[in-house]
Amino acid sequence: MTGPVQTFTRLQRALHWVMAASILAMLFIGVGMVSTVGPQYLSLFTTHKTLGIALLVLALVRLGVRARSGAPPLPADLPRPLQLAATASHYLLYALMIALPLIGWGMLSASAYPIVLFGPVRLPAILPQSDTLRTLLWHAHVYLALAFFALILLHLAAALFHGLVRRDGVLASMTLAATRRGDASGP
Amino acid sequence: MRETLASSLRTHLGAYATIGAVVTALAGGFAYTAGWLSPGRLTPTKLVDAFAPPGGPALGHRRNHAKGICFTGVFESNGQGSVASRAAVFAPGTFPALGRFNLGTADPGAPDATVRVRGLGLQITAANGEVWRSAMIDAPVFPVSTPQAFYDLLLASRSKDPDALKTFAGAHPEFAAFGAWAKSAPYTGSYAEERYNGLNTFLLVAASGAERPARWSFVPQGPVVPISAADLAARGPDHLEKEIAERVAKAPQRWTAQLTLADPGDPTADPSKAWPETRATVAVGTLVVQRIEAEPDGPCRDINFDPTVLPDGIRVSDDPFPAARSAAYARSFDLRTAEAKHYPSR
Ligand code: HEM
Ligand code: HEM
Ligand code: HEM
Repeated sequence: MTGPVQTFTRLQRALHWVMAASILAMLFIGVGMVSTVGPQYLSLFTTHKTLGIALLVLALVRLGVRARSGAPPLPADLPRPLQLAATASHYLLYALMIALPLIGWGMLSASAYPIVLFGPVRLPAILPQSDTLRTLLWHAHVYLALAFFALILLHLAAALFHGLVRRDGVLASMTLAATRRGDASGP
Repeated sequence: MRETLASSLRTHLGAYATIGAVVTALAGGFAYTAGWLSPGRLTPTKLVDAFAPPGGPALGHRRNHAKGICFTGVFESNGQGSVASRAAVFAPGTFPALGRFNLGTADPGAPDATVRVRGLGLQITAANGEVWRSAMIDAPVFPVSTPQAFYDLLLASRSKDPDALKTFAGAHPEFAAFGAWAKSAPYTGSYAEERYNGLNTFLLVAASGAERPARWSFVPQGPVVPISAADLAARGPDHLEKEIAERVAKAPQRWTAQLTLADPGDPTADPSKAWPETRATVAVGTLVVQRIEAEPDGPCRDINFDPTVLPDGIRVSDDPFPAARSAAYARSFDLRTAEAKHYPSR
């Protein structure tokens, strides 16, 4: 590879958008399922477990891809605190997309539930049965999921700020248009 | 050249408005999905809270069927169930079983004779590791047709209005069958003399993929001696737990596991409607209860006998109860496991 990368690779963008849609779906399914007693509860729960585990796999793949392909540098004129905020929030997003499915899986394990996905694919327990652990993980899952949603809203607002206000090519580096950072603001 | 926030806001008003609108729409949709904007929605939280007696729930205990005792044993499957269902629990063999005899009350200290409904929570683990959980009661029918009606019944039974239950029964004619059973059925002096009925309808999936609606019951193999409520009360407030511990210590106790297969047109979505006595039944095996253990530190305490924990070969049907129960039991389980420090240890 020659010179600095200017946009995320096609694979990175594909992963970003597929996962963005799925993670948002997971958050909506999560709060939807715990607030209903209707028949859809069961299909929502099965989807939640299955998609959640699929996302765990995708997140690990994505980290590997990220380590190999890197990321375009942020615009040099972006104020230092915003640069830091951007980097820190990306670390957090990665951390949450790996932690939440693991916590969900751990919570079901510590609850002595058989972990049945679509199919009926079954996963092994990753923790021994324990009230204390399952309570800790339950609280962690709920509050981290809400924090994840808040962070995603912030991330989305920031992306649109780059795209609509600053027009600095950051949004374009992740959208499917294969624009190069720096080219996006003018014709 | 640095823009100030104020000048940026002025020049990009439309852009900021768009960002605000997108974020608000997403957050609003989330709040709506979570039910935060719909106080009328029947949530698992509301349904479970409705069981609480006026003084509040017994912390650390099940929110319903709170009084109970653990057992372990085996399920001896005779293979007859494999015709209708490919579930591994119906293959011939002997599989570990774990369960809980219980009383249908929110009060873990309720005297036995004050509780009409007795229950059985059961878990059978097949040779391939698949798990079948079920929670059954001794009543032949469920009081109501829908989860919403069950919630309304709970509210009516806790209502200060002395006519609330009468009004409820008037609006829910299906309640009569359960009411008649509750009024007239004799008691027994032992958990071992009860027949436990699943009441909900599930679909059995055969190896061919063919599906057939079915219900199940666990029928006691020993003699059943009917007694009156007064007799039961005279035996003491915790007679049932003492009795079953003594009885099982002397000899294992047995129940026949029986599937009842629906005919076309039988009501599958309504556990308040019994099926005709003439329906085909299949005895698929025997539950053998070998050992009784107290609930504190017992193997059943931290199990959620969620009726939708099913092996491949048994599926939920159009009966709305298993889903509602699964959602409610999960909530009860969340609460009671988080309150474990309030649960008296031995
Ligand atoms: C569920 C939601 C989302 C998650 C978990 C997520 C996660 C991430 C992560 C971890 C990165 C950093 C990539 C890296 O440096 O390797 C990133 C970058 C980016 N995301 Fe998202 N994202 C989500 C939704 C969105 C949405 C809705 C938008 C736009 C409207 C968006 C726009 C961007 C942009 C423009 C970048 C590039 C930032 C840069 O170059 O530094 N994302 N996203
Ligand atoms: C990206 C991944 C995930 C996200 C964003 C997510 C999000 C959520 C959300 C928002 C809730 C509702 C919390 C509440 O308001 O009470 C929830 C609940 C739940 N999630 Fe996840 N989840 C993820 C992965 C998983 C996985 C992989 C599993 C299990 C294999 C899982 C199991 C559960 C369970 C059991 C609940 C219900 C907790 C309860 O008993 O109240 N989650 N999740
Ligand atoms: C919408 C209707 C129902 C609701 C809301 C409900 C609610 C509950 C709750 C909250 C528990 C405690 C769960 C736990 O903490 O583990 C419970 C236990 C139980 N329920 Fe239900 N239930 C319903 C229908 C039924 C039906 C139809 C049956 C019988 C056919 C039944 C039989 C039992 C039994 C036997 C237990 C005790 C299980 C054990 O030992 O853990 N319930 N129920």
